[in-house]
Amino acid sequence: MNGRAILTIFNFEMARFWRTPWESLAAPVVSTVLYFVVFGAAIGTRIQSVEDVSYGAFIVPGLIILTVLQQSLANASNAIFMRKFVGTIHEILAAPISFIEVVAGFVGAAALKSVVIAVVIYLTALFFVDLPLAHPVLALILLILTSFGFALWGFLMGIWAKDWQQLQFIPMMVVTPLVFLGGAFYSTAMLPPFWESVAKLNPVLYLVSGFRWTFFGLADVPVAASVLALALFLGLGFVAVWAIFRTGWRLRP
Amino acid sequence: MSSIIEVRDLSKTYASGTPALAGVTLDIREGEILALLGPNGAGKTTFISILCGLVTPTGGQVTVGGHDILRGYRAARRMIGLVPQEIALEYFETVMNTVRFSRGLFGEAPDDAYIERVLRSLALWDKRDAKLRELSGGMKRRVLIAKALSHGPRILFLDEPTAGVDVNLRREMWDVVRALKAEGVTIILTTHYLEEAEEMADRVGIIDRGRLLLLRDKTDLMHEFGQKILTVELAEPMTALPPALDGLGLTLAPDGLSASYRYDSNADRSGIARLLGSFAAEGVAVRDVATAQSSLEDVFLRLVRDLA
Repeated sequence: MNGRAILTIFNFEMARFWRTPWESLAAPVVSTVLYFVVFGAAIGTRIQSVEDVSYGAFIVPGLIILTVLQQSLANASNAIFMRKFVGTIHEILAAPISFIEVVAGFVGAAALKSVVIAVVIYLTALFFVDLPLAHPVLALILLILTSFGFALWGFLMGIWAKDWQQLQFIPMMVVTPLVFLGGAFYSTAMLPPFWESVAKLNPVLYLVSGFRWTFFGLADVPVAASVLALALFLGLGFVAVWAIFRTGWRLRP
Repeated sequence: MSSIIEVRDLSKTYASGTPALAGVTLDIREGEILALLGPNGAGKTTFISILCGLVTPTGGQVTVGGHDILRGYRAARRMIGLVPQEIALEYFETVMNTVRFSRGLFGEAPDDAYIERVLRSLALWDKRDAKLRELSGGMKRRVLIAKALSHGPRILFLDEPTAGVDVNLRREMWDVVRALKAEGVTIILTTHYLEEAEEMADRVGIIDRGRLLLLRDKTDLMHEFGQKILTVELAEPMTALPPALDGLGLTLAPDGLSASYRYDSNADRSGIARLLGSFAAEGVAVRDVATAQSSLEDVFLRLVRDLA
């Protein structure tokens, strides 16, 4: 195990994050505040509450997951794509490190950034709404695993993408719709029965629902299903990355 | 001298179907400078890339310091430093940090004193806090060398270290390489400058179309290149050389109008005076005399053409 290499990659990636605190932290916070203004203040006043939780509070877990998804994907995919683009990937490939170590360094750093941003959003939300947190430890665990899972998929995207357009494609065309349709801003119970069944095919729903449960103790789908979805999500991502390093696909011709 | 790298029947065909290496076998000796020569697309970079872990071979076996590059990749790669052909750097990093990063990747404990020695030897110490984008092209190339040396490798690969580099910088690179050799580092460099191979290498390998055409000590090769040819044009055609001229190493042209003589221009006695004296003594009329040197380039081109 080359622990120093993991730490070297991890520190390098985190240094970039701390070097530009404004871009790193302020931007997600500003967009969160905007969501509060639009959904919480403008629309929320017309929706009294969702299952006894004020609408403003109800959307917070979904907002956090939305941001975590976007940030994890963007950070991890950029980190590896930039190295491919600039050519510094050769350094990583020629180093005495295994794929697990590479992933731990890049994905670990991308996930930690998301967790930090999530905590900042949570703290920001406290200024706007009363926000209970029923299971704080579970919330943190789910948050970390979700961040790691999406960072893993972001890492895959970064390896897969051949140009900037491809790099933007999945977040725009797949992830954002999945998150918006995944119950970030509403409970699926509010949907007509048919669309409620359709919504349950959306994997992101399970992540949002599980995370929301740790706040309010209420969920769209059973908590066990959320945990299973998260495990599957992480497992598939990990197997995919393993396969890529095994075959060298788009990395090592 | 013992081998530090053993390459057996190494081959590589890219997914596109392009064959880049077709069964290369060679041993690289510890402490030597091996220059790999070849035209563009000959397979030099593929060869280096496989040994450094950037490209997966399709066949054959390579050991570095006794470690298989696939099964024992950690131990093998720890011994190797790679200076790539393209300048690829994190432009917003400082010189010091980027070298520290490379060292960390190889799992070595931080050692700023060692990095300082490396940077000083490359005349980069004054620039240690400069951002990479602020450096000149030559400095960037030296930063790449510093990064490759950051973990104290025993083997250094230099892929076209002087491509597109001006004369002064090229000389500077050569000095750096010589200093490394003096420290016992084994150096493999690829180049398509014959002059560079002549200047630096202990041995020269010529690669073309994925095959190693020749691997020879440079001195032997230079001996061959050092040969000159004297051509004596005769006034009257001859069918055979007179007995007195036979046995001097002369070759009569098929048309009988000229005779040629190979000699070593570096030798103390070329034998030309004796030869011309013999012509006069035999009464053979000489119309003209010309000499020509076989350049490294000629031999190289001939090899690539004949052996391909």
